[in-house]
Amino acid sequence: MSGTQTVAAEPERKSADPGDVSLPPVDPEFQELGGSGMAAKYGLSVAGKRPNPVAYARRLWVARHFIITWATARNQALYSGSRLGQLWQVLTPILNVGVYYLIFGVLLGTNRGVPDFLVYLVTGVFIFNFMQTAMLYGSRAISDNLNLIRALYFPRASLPIAITIIQLQQLLIAMAILAAVALAKGEPFTWHWLLIAPALCLQFVFNTGLALLVARFGAILTDTSQLLPFILRTWLYGSGVFYSIKKMVAQHPNVPAVVTWILDHNPPLMFIQVIRDQLIRVPASTDPKVAADYANAMYVPAHAWLWLVFWALVVGIGGYLYFWQGEETYGRG
Amino acid sequence: MADEKAVAKKAVPKKSGPVATTAAADLIVVDGEELTREEILERRAKRRAEAAKNTPTVVVDNLHVHYRIYGGSGATKGAATGALNRMIHRRKHDALRDVHAIKGISFVARRGESIGLIGSNGSGKSTLLRAIAGLLPAEKVGGVYTDGQPSLLGVNAALMNDLSGERNVVLGCLAMGLHPTEIKEKYQSIIDFSGIDEKSPNTSLRPMKTYSAGQAARLRFSIAATKLHDVLLIDEALATGDAGFQRRSEDRIRELRRNAGTVFVVSHSINSVRDICDRAIWLEAGLIRMDGDVDEVTAAYEAWSNG
Repeated sequence: MSGTQTVAAEPERKSADPGDVSLPPVDPEFQELGGSGMAAKYGLSVAGKRPNPVAYARRLWVARHFIITWATARNQALYSGSRLGQLWQVLTPILNVGVYYLIFGVLLGTNRGVPDFLVYLVTGVFIFNFMQTAMLYGSRAISDNLNLIRALYFPRASLPIAITIIQLQQLLIAMAILAAVALAKGEPFTWHWLLIAPALCLQFVFNTGLALLVARFGAILTDTSQLLPFILRTWLYGSGVFYSIKKMVAQHPNVPAVVTWILDHNPPLMFIQVIRDQLIRVPASTDPKVAADYANAMYVPAHAWLWLVFWALVVGIGGYLYFWQGEETYGRG
Repeated sequence: MADEKAVAKKAVPKKSGPVATTAAADLIVVDGEELTREEILERRAKRRAEAAKNTPTVVVDNLHVHYRIYGGSGATKGAATGALNRMIHRRKHDALRDVHAIKGISFVARRGESIGLIGSNGSGKSTLLRAIAGLLPAEKVGGVYTDGQPSLLGVNAALMNDLSGERNVVLGCLAMGLHPTEIKEKYQSIIDFSGIDEKSPNTSLRPMKTYSAGQAARLRFSIAATKLHDVLLIDEALATGDAGFQRRSEDRIRELRRNAGTVFVVSHSINSVRDICDRAIWLEAGLIRMDGDVDEVTAAYEAWSNG
């Protein structure tokens, strides 16, 4: 800051005006009670002090209209520069499905031992993308909105939460398209489809926790958003988006049990597998090898729903508390 | 209480010193009333005496603010070899500099006061406002105590530039804690107050990045002035509007003050500080040089900066 310049200019000026160098007298009540005494007497609070986690949650609840309006406005502004405008909200997932259909359905013509490969793949891509974009944009939640943070006071967790809401809004459009693709591919509509809604709710909580976590990382170390894509790509390949992880592990007999367990309980894979399980009907097969492949591809670990609740709560609450601890530091310095 | 009264009384005759020399017969319009210079000063003295008895809204107690800046010395900042060198030798960032922007400031602001912050560039005026708004960390000693959450209205506090003015009005009001139904009621008055739709009717629907600096500043002020704040902090936000808007916003600030709020104004325009404020604080190099009646402080500041 230019503060140092004034310091340099100060001495010569001071001599010209000796009258006001000493500090002027302050308020008489202040002299009597001191700052903290006055604050206690009149119920003043320390400026910018973060409230306890429960009061902070209450502030977030008060800010809910702000969060939702901000998310919706941001989402709409995303395509405001293009000629087709809001149509891109729908076109983007359609084109995604189109590209995968072209490559895996037409050009490679593979099913890799997976039932209904296109639906299998697109489910994985959309669900993983939900987590991936929430984290990528979440890591820049503070640095991208410094103007807003420095201008207005609102609970800062509003930003990563709103960013996850934007991603949820986009995911819902994508899921509608996925449903259309599944119906077109001959998957029957069953009551199982309704279970996708609670699964997405849990994933929303999980992703919000991650977004809050990386938002504070990103606020401390701006390099986070550069590093994150590599971490996320590694995670992508470990989450069985394009292939069945279970089948790959089965091909290597001496994989330690711990590694298998970790791979099975990897949160994004669990969300993907549970949702695939609702969408895709496994055709009966007389060939035992194909049947084994299908079983591996559709493998869902025991107590999967409990695990989803567990992941959502641990990451959701953990991310919330971690972000809350840094509340006073965002946008400063 | 007796103490405060004594101070208030003492302040009145002290003020009459500069008054006698500057008193003029011509009338000045304030809030639609025509007043002589004498009457204005009389009212101000009365207001200040009353405000001295009000409850405090901001207590600044021995405030220190340090900025810690990376890469101040430039040369090694961007270079990858420099960063690598630091990592290898586990050295601290050698470009880390500490700027002591506020060096121990204490004052009390009470309800019904409008306080102008003056001082040369880099004297710490904007930093002080940001500290009051709770946007900067105070050092371990001392601190800032406020009644409620002060709102900071800054000239460079851009809202969301890629969103329309209309969205910005709604979002700004929501962030200040207004309810959506309240915003619907007040929306038109905010747009009317800002006057951005006067020249071309659909300006409020265009993205804010297409606005001129003046239009954006006017809209920001209109949004912030919608709510009756306990503490409103205005950082050079009045400088960009045209004459008509400046008059409207000065009236609005007086209204906020009458409603027992406290208004802080940072401005390089000494005249607008004189028009709006009753009290002025002169900051220089992170310290208070003078704190008192606006005419005395601004006169001393002008004498100092011209001398």
